Amino acid sequence: MSDKVPGDLRYTKSHEWVRQVHGGAPNGAIEVGITDHAQSALGDLVFVEVPEVGRALSAGEACAVVESVKAASDVYSPLAGKVVAHNEALAGKPELLNEDPYGAGWLFRIEAGAAANISSLMTASAYETFLAEESK
Amino acid sequence: MALKTPLYDTHVKLGAKIVDFGGWDMPLHYGSQLEEHHAVRRDAGVFDVSHMAIVDLTGGRVREFLRLLLANDVGRLKTPGKALYSCMLLPGAGVIDDLIVYFMSDTWYRMVVNAGTRDKDLAWIRKHAADFDVTTAERKDLAMIAVQGPNARHKTAALLLPPQQPGVLELKPFFGAAFGSWFVARTGYTGEDGFELMIPAVEAADAWTRLLAQGVRPAGLGARDTLRLEAGMNLYGNDMDENFHPLESGLAWTVAFEPADRDFIGRGALERARREGGRELVGLLLEERGVLRSHQKVLLAGNAGNAPEGEGEVTSGTFSPTLNRSIALARVPKTSQPTVQVEIRGKLHAARIVKPPFVRHGKPLIDIS
Repeated sequence: MSDKVPGDLRYTKSHEWVRQVHGGAPNGAIEVGITDHAQSALGDLVFVEVPEVGRALSAGEACAVVESVKAASDVYSPLAGKVVAHNEALAGKPELLNEDPYGAGWLFRIEAGAAANISSLMTASAYETFLAEESK
Repeated sequence: MALKTPLYDTHVKLGAKIVDFGGWDMPLHYGSQLEEHHAVRRDAGVFDVSHMAIVDLTGGRVREFLRLLLANDVGRLKTPGKALYSCMLLPGAGVIDDLIVYFMSDTWYRMVVNAGTRDKDLAWIRKHAADFDVTTAERKDLAMIAVQGPNARHKTAALLLPPQQPGVLELKPFFGAAFGSWFVARTGYTGEDGFELMIPAVEAADAWTRLLAQGVRPAGLGARDTLRLEAGMNLYGNDMDENFHPLESGLAWTVAFEPADRDFIGRGALERARREGGRELVGLLLEERGVLRSHQKVLLAGNAGNAPEGEGEVTSGTFSPTLNRSIALARVPKTSQPTVQVEIRGKLHAARIVKPPFVRHGKPLIDIS
């Protein structure tokens, strides 16, 4: 297995990635998607349901659904915060999640509250170790 | 220890994602399930279906035996090589398995049954076969490969010797014949033209490689499932099992009530079920975005605000790659309503009742506008 794990992102055990978006929402927005490992394990994605803009999410809350031909999987919000944007393009092109999971396949952005601490999430190297453990 | 087909190593070398299927290590896909699906609809794909059981039944009274054992009537098979799809029923008419039986000769029929049911099928068959002096032999020495798609027949024929090729290409739908050590049948589970090959296990890897050299794409169980569902074909364990009879499983067409004097196992119970009405298996097309999945609840709307008519359940659901919409089979109380509501993650979504098949020979058969 050679899943891509970009070094500048943070990760969760449920295979979401988090990116700090500079110049985003007032308190600094963060962008959320699913990892290359997750999209590869799911297979061809055919349907994506993203959270509505304005919805307040708590950390660990199931807030999006990604469905492959095979099965539906929940996506959990890595941090608490209000949804400020979601990826409209996925409605027509769910395959973006397979093709570019860290770019065009992003899911939603949240305005992380002051308490949100991105550094509490796994670093790339910690996530790589986690993947290696999980595949044993 | 998982069971492996003679093609297991070939799948691994091709980079297949291997999953457990009824105790067998089988390829789910070789990279993209969607592309494999489209290859079968548009050109040709090949599936390893060696996990299914091939059972040869022989004896002077084998025909008489099968007329008792199966809900469909092998008496309809007049020409050697002709195949018949049938259910094998419990006395209460629950479906033990669905299968294909080939009429090989007056003293020899060949049956292909599902992998997950092989042990109970064989036990059931042997229990009844003893009274007819019918011998059953499981052909573990054979591999089974399905080549499916509009170009599948010609690409398969290229593997046979030149003198054999015209005969292979002249096979009529639902007929099979022996060509040397190969049994070639014009059958399948995709809604496309093609062949199912039963060949010596030792020749399987070579045949597979030669098919790929003809441009046939390897396809896994994932594509096999979306293709069969688009074709409106049932999957045992999803769309029917021992708790349901053929009439509520969309399989009334496979039950031969005529001739009326043929007794078959389950006949009495089916005659009663036939008078009672009850449930039916219908096709569903989701009118909204989302994906129908098995076990989702189906709600029937009442007439103009009256009480609901009842509820049913999705038995198989998927995203249809050909239609770009979600489709399903669902067991519901008999209804004249054109639409139903399906509960997906706690929310109701409208779905239209349609008559399967959804897709055949590459073309949509239902209105998706």
